[in-house]
Amino acid sequence: MTTLAKQAEPAALPQPGKPAKFGIRRIGDLKIALLFIFPAMIGFVLFFLVPTIRGIYLSFTEYSILGDPTWIGLKNYTTIFSDDLFWNAMAVTVQYVALNIGFQTVIAIGLALLMHRVAKSTFIRGVLLLPFLVANVIVALLWFWMLDYQLGIVNEVISWMGLPRIAFFGSEQWAIPTIAFVNVWRHMGYTALLIFAGLQSIPNHVYEVANLDGASPTRTFWSITMPLLRPVLALVLVVTVIGSFQVFDTVAVTTQGGPVNASRVIQMYIYQKAFGESDFGYASALSVILFIILALVAFIQMKFLKGNETDLD
Amino acid sequence: MSTSTNSRHSRESATAVVGSPQSRRPRTKPFNWRRAGAWILVVTAVVVTVAPFLWMLRTALSSNHSLASNAGNLLPADFSWGAFQRVFGLQSPEQAIAEGGSGADINFWLYLRNSIIFATMTTAGQVFFSAMAAYAFSRLRWPGRNKVFAIFLATMMVPPIFTALPNFLMIKNLGLLNTFAGLALPFMFMTPFAIFFLRQFFLSMSREVEEAAMLDGAKHLRIFFQIVIPNAAAPLATLALLTFIGQWNEYFWPLLVGQDESVRVLTVGLGVFKSQSPQGAPDWSGLMAATLVAALPVLILFIAFGKKVVNSIGFSGIK
Repeated sequence: MTTLAKQAEPAALPQPGKPAKFGIRRIGDLKIALLFIFPAMIGFVLFFLVPTIRGIYLSFTEYSILGDPTWIGLKNYTTIFSDDLFWNAMAVTVQYVALNIGFQTVIAIGLALLMHRVAKSTFIRGVLLLPFLVANVIVALLWFWMLDYQLGIVNEVISWMGLPRIAFFGSEQWAIPTIAFVNVWRHMGYTALLIFAGLQSIPNHVYEVANLDGASPTRTFWSITMPLLRPVLALVLVVTVIGSFQVFDTVAVTTQGGPVNASRVIQMYIYQKAFGESDFGYASALSVILFIILALVAFIQMKFLKGNETDLD
Repeated sequence: MSTSTNSRHSRESATAVVGSPQSRRPRTKPFNWRRAGAWILVVTAVVVTVAPFLWMLRTALSSNHSLASNAGNLLPADFSWGAFQRVFGLQSPEQAIAEGGSGADINFWLYLRNSIIFATMTTAGQVFFSAMAAYAFSRLRWPGRNKVFAIFLATMMVPPIFTALPNFLMIKNLGLLNTFAGLALPFMFMTPFAIFFLRQFFLSMSREVEEAAMLDGAKHLRIFFQIVIPNAAAPLATLALLTFIGQWNEYFWPLLVGQDESVRVLTVGLGVFKSQSPQGAPDWSGLMAATLVAALPVLILFIAFGKKVVNSIGFSGIK
């Protein structure tokens, strides 16, 4: 990403001598530019800017769709602070993110190395990408069937091995790990491709030198690959962690937050507050908090992993 | 720019493999355990990825009542086209119930049509309008250009759930709930990602032809339609493909504003289909047949243009 932006920049700079041709027209192409960005501007204002402001406003109100929102100040936020279901939702979500991102990232790095060194065909990359192109809903239903307690093939294999069957979606302790696993399966190929692109940007001569020095593959991996991959890895982590925090489809199709509260992730909780209980003010306050958390997570990750710097220069 | 590098890389990878020192090494050794182990991992990953899809097909071709007694059998249990017939509404309700279906009408064809309308509308609008904006952000010079672009980009940070609630209220106030307009509007004008993606390409395109056209007195609209768009056909197609797949799979927004039968898309319909099962055992064969057919358009697109998608994912980076 960073390299791309750098390469592209020179073309964007105004070429010397060019402005003079337009003489006194210092506003440049403003008129025609306004025409070109007009549709996008409508979309931006109506569906991004206004809703963002309105969402923040609604978070300070009590609003049940019917009637008008009533201003109640910080009351939603103070209520959230002592709302057990909110803290439960946060705990469940964080547990999901940790499992999902942990496994997904490690597997994806492994797959990316394999794509880079061993299986170089586009065909294999394509096959591994397949689950990502299929809808969340479809993936969820497929695994809901395969992990079924009675008839699912996975439990069939488990009991064939002489182990007790597992209620993957039906037990409190398994629900979140199961949902996390399903999404690891869906995303691992995609994440691997992103990391693979990062691996390709590491110049070959670095490896040649390491090879000449007699560095072992393990040493090469930790001392060359990982440090040089860091900027890409940081970006991948920011994107996947933010996506992971917003898990919804899989939960909605399989457990709907249950059993009890075991898989009620934050977005599910927001959805139920808004559309189940028509409590739009409270739901908006919850999504403001989610928004702040995501911004903080992104900021900390970029800071911590120095995602916008490269060691290659 | 990057696509060409990428595709060139994959085309030349055969020669590159022979030439690079890392890969020459194994050739000189008779048998490389490390390499064999690596290939076992690759094969495992491919099997883990593909097997569930085969299981989906196997279940869809089974008759629902036989699934219980043949749970561990790898071949379709009591082979039958019944599940697909149920999905396409070719069975009478009585027959469907007899075969384990719910007997309720699921209107698969209608959902399919709705998904096609929704995904096509949003993709066409989003790609076209984003291309226009990307042109203004890359090829035109105007005061405040970079600031406006930065603000556009910043909205990439806003989580969809955050704007979904107010957007729902707006669509509701406009009386557009359960209409295609309501479904499509928030996606139709732009996404920050699409503009960012296309801007990168437009920036890297040669300005020479364009400047020649400018001297000829060609107006910006003509340059855009006759020079920029044809020259950027490849990235536009890639973006359109990615957008279409994404929209085809969209669940949350259609769940909010498109609950009505007349505009219900496949993803939402599948969720309903699942919860419609009668007391006790769900119609697994029917459900798997439905998911398979719902995934089919994406699979076909992928088989046709897979290479483009695979190669585009590296540089598109953020999505």
